[in-house]
Amino acid sequence: MSFFPDLSLRWKIPIRVMGAVLGTALAVTAGLLARDYEDMRQNLESHAKSLGRVLANTLVAPVLHDDLWRTFEILQSAREAHPAAAELQAEVMLVVDAERRVFVASDPREFPVGTRVDNLDASFRTLATALASGETADQQVLEPAGASYYFVVSPLIADGEPLGHIALGYSKSAFLPRYLDLVVRAAVVTLLVLLVIVPFSWVWARRTGAPLLALSEAMRLVPAELEMARLAELPKSRDEIGQLGDAFRRMICELKQKQELESQMLVTERLAAVGRLSAGIAHEINNPLGGMLTAIKTYERHGTGDAMAVQTMSLLERGLTQIRNTVAALLVETKTKDRPFEPADVDDLLILVEAQVQAKSLHVSVEGSLDKPLPVPATLVRQILLNLLLNAIAAATESGHVRVAIAADEGKLRLDVGNDGEHISDERMAVLFEPFVSGREKGHGLGLWVVYQIVRQLNGGLSVVSEPGHTTFSIEIPYGEVAT
Amino acid sequence: MTARFPSYDPVRRRFLGQALGLSTAALTTRFAVADTAVRGPIRIGLTPVFLDDQVSFTAQWRRWFEDRLARPVVFVQRGNYREVVDLVRGGKIDFAWLCGYPYVRHRAEMQLVAVPLWRGQPTYQSYVIADAANSSIRSLADMRGTVFAYSDPDSNSGYLYPQYALRVANENPASFFSRTFFTWAHRKVVEAVSVGLATGGAVDGYVWETLAETSPALARGTRIVEKSPYLGYPPFVARHDLPRIELERMRTLLLGMAGDVQGAALLARLRLDGFVPAKPSLYDGIARMMEKVRRA
Repeated sequence: MSFFPDLSLRWKIPIRVMGAVLGTALAVTAGLLARDYEDMRQNLESHAKSLGRVLANTLVAPVLHDDLWRTFEILQSAREAHPAAAELQAEVMLVVDAERRVFVASDPREFPVGTRVDNLDASFRTLATALASGETADQQVLEPAGASYYFVVSPLIADGEPLGHIALGYSKSAFLPRYLDLVVRAAVVTLLVLLVIVPFSWVWARRTGAPLLALSEAMRLVPAELEMARLAELPKSRDEIGQLGDAFRRMICELKQKQELESQMLVTERLAAVGRLSAGIAHEINNPLGGMLTAIKTYERHGTGDAMAVQTMSLLERGLTQIRNTVAALLVETKTKDRPFEPADVDDLLILVEAQVQAKSLHVSVEGSLDKPLPVPATLVRQILLNLLLNAIAAATESGHVRVAIAADEGKLRLDVGNDGEHISDERMAVLFEPFVSGREKGHGLGLWVVYQIVRQLNGGLSVVSEPGHTTFSIEIPYGEVAT
Repeated sequence: MTARFPSYDPVRRRFLGQALGLSTAALTTRFAVADTAVRGPIRIGLTPVFLDDQVSFTAQWRRWFEDRLARPVVFVQRGNYREVVDLVRGGKIDFAWLCGYPYVRHRAEMQLVAVPLWRGQPTYQSYVIADAANSSIRSLADMRGTVFAYSDPDSNSGYLYPQYALRVANENPASFFSRTFFTWAHRKVVEAVSVGLATGGAVDGYVWETLAETSPALARGTRIVEKSPYLGYPPFVARHDLPRIELERMRTLLLGMAGDVQGAALLARLRLDGFVPAKPSLYDGIARMMEKVRRA
């Protein structure tokens, strides 16, 4: 069973701890008070019994000698108040003779000499019955239900002959004031203890709940804000909550990987679709285009020389050539025959872009080099490297850096081209390799599309890391046995 | 101490014993026997005819006697009149301050020394008192079937007078009350009546009046319902065989007590005016009451 099931642990744990603390305090206090009550009763009873015994011994002679006054004086002195323990004072002291008449009482006005115990009021009925039964040879405690007194009855015996009894009547509620005093003191002490314990417990309980709350807080960010969730302050202990935190972190990592994978797949699939579409369109355009260009050439060679027609044909030819170039760019096709990529190719490319580098006063660093020709199509790899270099130069800041790294091992050629320009935004990243998407004013937006198509056709891999001030395109192209 | 003041030591121990309520009868009796042979201390018996619970007072009075008589004085106090009376009759003490009733009864066995003056007279009254809370009691006759407190069976005011009064009213004192008891002191009669232990009681009028001054709260708990005629005040007596010279010396001392500064101070504490010589006929009233009670 749970109260307030929806209440936050922020409150639930401290409240439960408080409940436990208060419950314990109350239980302990109640237990102690119950024991004190019992002790007090026991104490009172044993005191009454011993007083009864002393009086029974002392009063034998005066009662035997019918010395009423002496008996009364002894009762009075026995009844002297205990200032420290008022409850120890008997309310009623009766010396009853063998005929169950009051021989003398501590309060003679209320219990006149000679009154029959049987005629006293209801409080004394049990006493009268007990005395009448004759079974009072031993000291006994009478506790009449409903009466305000209980009695300790001690027999007065002289030389084996019963002279009567001494009945000490104690008010059942006499020790209540003292007990209440005790209760109040216990309550005060408990309160003081609680005053010390409660703040500690509260803080402690809050601390116990804090890791759970942090975890819950972090979980709320999933899956919308995985990065925030990953950075959340989580408990780093070895207990269950710590383990939970670790599991949570693992989960976040896996989720993130999955999300990235999904978006990559999405990009790849889209690029593949775009590729198929553009290839299809390119083929459809190329066929009539070839015919049209051939027709124009034929006309130029065998035509009538009509100036107007020549001019028109020339215009048509330039337009169609532009279409063919564009389509050719879209339709990247691996030439089956090509020479291997050589170390000198890299130097060639660097010379090719020299003008642009100097125009922006860039610093180009080249790390690594090839020590032998690699069996990859040189034209295509040159195209890749050139496109990436031109992009990097364009993206780099004025007087910035462009970094080129070349490495070949384990059957893979690895090309890294980086720059220190503005990083690629998430929106652009999603469509980065699609055709006709350009980040610049100039350019038709086919550079990276071409790179992508080539890499894909060479069964290579491509990745981009772009952070503010640092963007790197990495290409991996297998060669030799790995390529097939 | 014992070596230096052999005769004083028992005295000190006896007083100590008295203060603690212990019985030292055996000790003092042995001492008394020895004293009759040699000239030892004068022994004076005191009874509760006055407020005998004033230990400091008796000590001062004893020193006064010693100083004036130039002899050690021992006060002998007992729990009831009879013991003191018996000591005088047996010649074991020299003087005693007794009630008029035992004096009258044993007149032949003792000599009258002097009688105190109270309110200018050598007489006093017995008071029959009732519980102040019980307004239905108007006279002794109203106390039929109640509990009654006497002070001492040898007391004139605390026993003989109520007995006599009941006889005069043709009542049998033995059955008139439902129950009677003795308190062995007048003051305690007042206490017993004021707390309601007894409905009524008989008390020395001098004691009651003195209590009314010194413990008004206690006296207010009781109400006087009858007063006896004036009767001879408890006398100072000597044992019958006391040499005349010693008796005269004591009588002279007592008669001059009021004229002595310290003696007058002591008398003032007792609320007495002094001592006067008296004839035995002063007690004829008591004797007549005694006769009446005895004849019945």
